[in-house]
Amino acid sequence: MLEIKGLTKVFNAGTVNEKIALSSVDFSMEPGDFVTVIGGNGAGKSTLLNCVAGVYPVDGGHILLDGHDVTRLPEHKRAKFLGRVFQDPMMGTAADMNIEENLALSFRRGKHHTLRWGVTNAERAKYRELLALLDLGLENRMTSKVGLLSGGQRQALTLLMATLESPKLLLLDEHTAALDPKTAAKVLQLTEMLVKEHQLTTLMVTHNMNDAIRMGNRLIMMNEGKIAVDIRGDEKKSLHRADLIALFEKSSGSKLESDRLLLS
Amino acid sequence: MTQVLLGALSLGLLWAIMTIGVYITYRILDIADLTVEGSLPLGGAIACVLIANKVDPFLASFIALLGGCLAGLCTGLLHTKLKIPALLSGILTMIALYSINLRIMGSPNLSILRKPTVFKPLTTLGMDKNLSIIVVGVVASLLIISLLYWFFGTELGSAIRATGNNQKMVRAQGINTDTMKILGLVISNGLVALSGAFIAQSQNFADVQMGTGSIVIGLASLIIGEVLFGGRSFYRRLLALILGAVAYRIIIALVLKMGMNSNDLKLFTAITVAICLWLPQGKEMIRKIKKSMAKEGA
Ligand SMILES: Nc1ncnc2c1ncn2[C@@H]1O[C@H](COP(=O)(O)OP(=O)(O)OP(=O)(O)O)[C@@H](O)[C@H]1O
Ligand SMILES: [Mg+2]
Repeated sequence: MLEIKGLTKVFNAGTVNEKIALSSVDFSMEPGDFVTVIGGNGAGKSTLLNCVAGVYPVDGGHILLDGHDVTRLPEHKRAKFLGRVFQDPMMGTAADMNIEENLALSFRRGKHHTLRWGVTNAERAKYRELLALLDLGLENRMTSKVGLLSGGQRQALTLLMATLESPKLLLLDEHTAALDPKTAAKVLQLTEMLVKEHQLTTLMVTHNMNDAIRMGNRLIMMNEGKIAVDIRGDEKKSLHRADLIALFEKSSGSKLESDRLLLS
Repeated sequence: MTQVLLGALSLGLLWAIMTIGVYITYRILDIADLTVEGSLPLGGAIACVLIANKVDPFLASFIALLGGCLAGLCTGLLHTKLKIPALLSGILTMIALYSINLRIMGSPNLSILRKPTVFKPLTTLGMDKNLSIIVVGVVASLLIISLLYWFFGTELGSAIRATGNNQKMVRAQGINTDTMKILGLVISNGLVALSGAFIAQSQNFADVQMGTGSIVIGLASLIIGEVLFGGRSFYRRLLALILGAVAYRIIIALVLKMGMNSNDLKLFTAITVAICLWLPQGKEMIRKIKKSMAKEGA
């Protein structure tokens, strides 16, 4: 479903601030894979997801989505393959537009925008049903501005939007990091529900080791722009935090210092 | 006095169309677009030159609108393709338009006295000039806000609104934000030029200077409309723009009547806009000061 070959991304090339964020990364995902991504600050996790989404041009390598080479495709032209949820709950929705208008934008992801109505009545009925599944009471607030919702509600809505038109690949970048623990747990539960229901191929960055171990069928750990650890199947099922830390230290040849990753 | 108020009403209705254009960029797209200072006289220039050359005034006004669209396109391309900041892109087009407007008119101003205008059909029916302007202004501005109400409810219009809100999200939904910004600028400047065409016809001449300070007038009208007549629904907010533009002209007419030197008008308008822009934060600040004073008192 996703195939990455020799992907390299350098920020501020040729200056004193030069930073190799990704250094010829090879990585691929099968349809239905749910891969969790962990790694220390600045390891390149977000950069990996952003390169897949086309947020900025890459400096080397190829990205194939569903068999299409999208390496040179601008961000908006790749969107039809992708569902995305960001760390910042404000980033995934349009605050001044109401809930149904936001859903309607996602419903038309990757399609031509014509002079037909932005939201139709048939859609409204469908959205109401879907919102009810979130169990947040949003189905009764469909004409409320999204800006009035809480961070957790917005993130749940963004998740619903990202999965509305089953994307080929779902990209989640620490999408619960900005939420309080209870809301984060709820949004993670929703994530699992939606991924299962639509059988989505999913790439999820998290800084919570336990979540990374518990969720998905495969786990990768990144370090200094490279994939340092890649564990799948039964091996992942029997994985523990201690194993993961040991694996990381062995592959990167350095101690895992005090980091968000260890504290979580 | 009634004549003064009628004059203000008629002028306000023509400037309302310009205010609606400013609303599209300033509120919907979240761009401060200075192109309008050039596209307003552009509309006047195109309309007057065509009318002077015996073109039907309605057709001339429509061509003026297209000219404004082109100006908006120019700013949009500068901003999105050459990545020049929006404010600067607008200024560049505005400056360029000054020369272009002079070229179009062949002189700094152009009179169309005794030539037919869009108000002619009504005045030949025996209607007073002011009244005919009011009728045309009401019909045109209501027609425009109805069209925009429909347009911004469509898929395309929604995409433009979302672009002004959150570009990152819009790109993630597969929408080309560059195209949406260009489209918004095109529509906005088209309306501004149409407004310029009507204003020029109402005063029987176009002047290369007629756009100077127009962005501030547009913003003043927009903000006065929002403060005095704003509401929750989109139609109500569009309607508030027309009322705001009229209210602005009436305020100006009254302060002139009260003896303000007309040379001080722009200063007065600028100060009014500055206060209005500060108002939301100002309210918050006053609330905080009151709160802390109440605490100290307790
Ligand atoms: N737009 C940018 N410009 C310059 N440098 C950047 C940019 N984005 C990321 N970097 C740098 O690239 C490196 C990788 O960043 P990235 O955001 O991918 O890390 P991450 O693994 O997501 O970390 P975190 O856990 O903190 O989110 C970091 O050193 C970062 O400073
Ligand atoms: Mg990150």
